[in-house]
Amino acid sequence: MNWNRAFIAALIAAPLIALFAWGFTRDPNSIASPLPGHDAPTFALEVFAPGQPPLARPIGDTVRLADLRGQVVVLNFWASWCLACGDEHAILTETAKRYAGRPVHFLGVLYNDVPSAGIAWIARMGGQSYPSVNDPSARTAIDYGLYGVPETFFLDADGRVAYKQTGPVTEAGLTSIVDSLLAASTSSKRAGRGL
Amino acid sequence: MIRTALVASALVLCLGGFALEAQAPSDMSRAQPALTGDSALEAQTSAIASQLRCPVCQGVSIQDSPSELALQMRGVVRDQLRAGRTPDQVTAYFVSKYGEWILLEPKPRGVNLLVYALPAVVVLGGLGVVFLAVRRWTKQPASGGSAGE
Repeated sequence: MNWNRAFIAALIAAPLIALFAWGFTRDPNSIASPLPGHDAPTFALEVFAPGQPPLARPIGDTVRLADLRGQVVVLNFWASWCLACGDEHAILTETAKRYAGRPVHFLGVLYNDVPSAGIAWIARMGGQSYPSVNDPSARTAIDYGLYGVPETFFLDADGRVAYKQTGPVTEAGLTSIVDSLLAASTSSKRAGRGL
Repeated sequence: MIRTALVASALVLCLGGFALEAQAPSDMSRAQPALTGDSALEAQTSAIASQLRCPVCQGVSIQDSPSELALQMRGVVRDQLRAGRTPDQVTAYFVSKYGEWILLEPKPRGVNLLVYALPAVVVLGGLGVVFLAVRRWTKQPASGGSAGE
């Protein structure tokens, strides 16, 4: 009789334990985005932080995604109130400098913040090599299905979302993704010429 | 017999209480005042916003969340409705950006069916256990009494 009860209890407990065990293997903060593989949402946003030469763009200039076709785009959503954004800032700014002159465009997008606070934050961080644009009412952020900051979207040369990084980027991860997108872009160009 | 009836009544009251609690948030969200003069648009906005999960909150709809992102998402819902999109098209827009995670009530298909079926299975199982326990409980004094006589 006791063995029967133990068997029934085990029968009920086993799937529950398996479910919890599976749950522990998942990161609750990582929610799959439906965007990778699809066309990147378009935007036309105004520059509020110009960046530094040779990547600088004038304040007030409108950056349109359509104008960046043919380049790999690294779109980083950030805010001055975001602590983790400070952790990745130096990596982004230095990596952007290294790719200067190649078909890669780094762009910061200010999320739920005011440009004056963003400019002060960049100054505190020692500058930003690439320009940042303002996203009033977070319309572009919502278009990209943003959960929070920092989040970074990697767009391929054809204007599709290739990867999404939730949380701060690492130097190795950033370089590896940009290099793979550049390689894919070069090989597709070669294939195009071969046709 | 009286004891069985009392236990059954308590069980029904408990289940009723759960049902009322589950309904309360949606009743509260419906009671919120309209933000602009266009009450039909606001009512439609609230209805859609109540179905969408706030991305920066814990299990709260963008209708019930006071966060800035929720407010901005409600603005997107309102603007899209004003532009002539249907409620289904507006919901589909958010699903295309955030995935089905954005829906507070997942669509009843595939693995999602478990979400709808499991509570019913657990409640039925629980009721079965309670029924068996009550039956055994009410039988024991009767058999004890007859043994004493």
